[in-house]
Amino acid sequence: MEKNWPLWEVFVRSKNGLEHRHFGSLHAADAEMALENARDVYTRRSEGVSIWVVESKHITASNPENNGELFEPAQDKVYRHPTFYTLPDEVKHM
Amino acid sequence: MSEAQIKNLEEMFEQRIANDEKIEPKDWMPEKYRKTHIRQISQHAHSEIIGMLPEGNWISRAPSLRRKVALLAKVQDEAGHGLYLYSACETLGISRDELYEQLHSGKAKYSSIFNYPTITWADIGAIGWLVDGAAIINQVPLCNTSYGPYARAMIRVCKEESFHQRQGYEIMMTLAKGTPEQKEMAQDALNRWWWPSMMMFGPTDDMSTHTEQSMKWKLKRKTNDELRQQFVDQTVPQADLLGLKMPDSDLKWNEEKGRYDFGEIDWDEFWQVVKGHGPCNKERMAARVNAWEEGEWVRDAAMEYAKKQEAKKLNKAV
Repeated sequence: MEKNWPLWEVFVRSKNGLEHRHFGSLHAADAEMALENARDVYTRRSEGVSIWVVESKHITASNPENNGELFEPAQDKVYRHPTFYTLPDEVKHM
Repeated sequence: MSEAQIKNLEEMFEQRIANDEKIEPKDWMPEKYRKTHIRQISQHAHSEIIGMLPEGNWISRAPSLRRKVALLAKVQDEAGHGLYLYSACETLGISRDELYEQLHSGKAKYSSIFNYPTITWADIGAIGWLVDGAAIINQVPLCNTSYGPYARAMIRVCKEESFHQRQGYEIMMTLAKGTPEQKEMAQDALNRWWWPSMMMFGPTDDMSTHTEQSMKWKLKRKTNDELRQQFVDQTVPQADLLGLKMPDSDLKWNEEKGRYDFGEIDWDEFWQVVKGHGPCNKERMAARVNAWEEGEWVRDAAMEYAKKQEAKKLNKAV
């Protein structure tokens, strides 16, 4: 029998208007217990108004070893930034 | 990987830390970094969990409802701190079960301070004031440590720790201003907790084996002796304010150095307790192992229930 409680990742929205942010992880037998434990472990001092829990095994993460091919292509695309374009000083609010 | 390649990776790794970059779980790291962090973070987590035991002793006997809710909240915080830290430790590739196994078998250590008994209510005050005070001094620099998950856990821990110390000092203050018997109780607690608290900073610098490497990895930013001095300098005036006397006849202000001089720590006692011969080592471990074993059927039942619910959902879907 699989006795160990699985690992869950906890995401908390600290107030409406903000996104859920990763707060940490915990073990629980099921989603409902993960939510209850997350309430007790991560929001004892009104740190949140909404909690998401997801079993850790469902998260696919990129590998830092591939950071070069993943993220470097963005570095030489300066034309994606507004400062790449030359405009006369007279142009305001652009 | 060849040895030269590993050496190259190690140099790049040390450089990243020197540049104040954080190391995250999936990043390459030297095996020694991983092992050292597993050891320190788990030891820290175990300390939080075992730390609940001496204080839990007084929850049912707190002198008022105000004291009781505060102590209950504090002990619950310690459980939370343990859980943050275990999670951080697990990101290094060790399971929760292995960590518990190391604690229960005695392979992993926890802070020796929790092997002392809490025999009067004043001990709860002294623990909050001195033990949590020393812990804060040890922990604040860790908010900037190089391993991301540990640093994030420590930020959360430190935010919560301040209430612990204040509630302890308030208890001491109330007793110190109470009847002569109450004041005597506070003094007695200070007498018993002062030296063990001083030992919480670990061996003196010339005896400490981990300091240099730990400094490099930002597991430490100041040496044991520097932190201990900081503790003395900040705590002595607080004792004066309570009208209590430090149990150290060598303690006196050094005008020239701008700090307190203090007496010799009983290192024999320190090593005795570390090696398992403190007043409560056996009792603490027995309570912990018992809680774990007696809880097994609950954990199994919860898992079984979760599986049944999952199966029911699947059946309905079909």
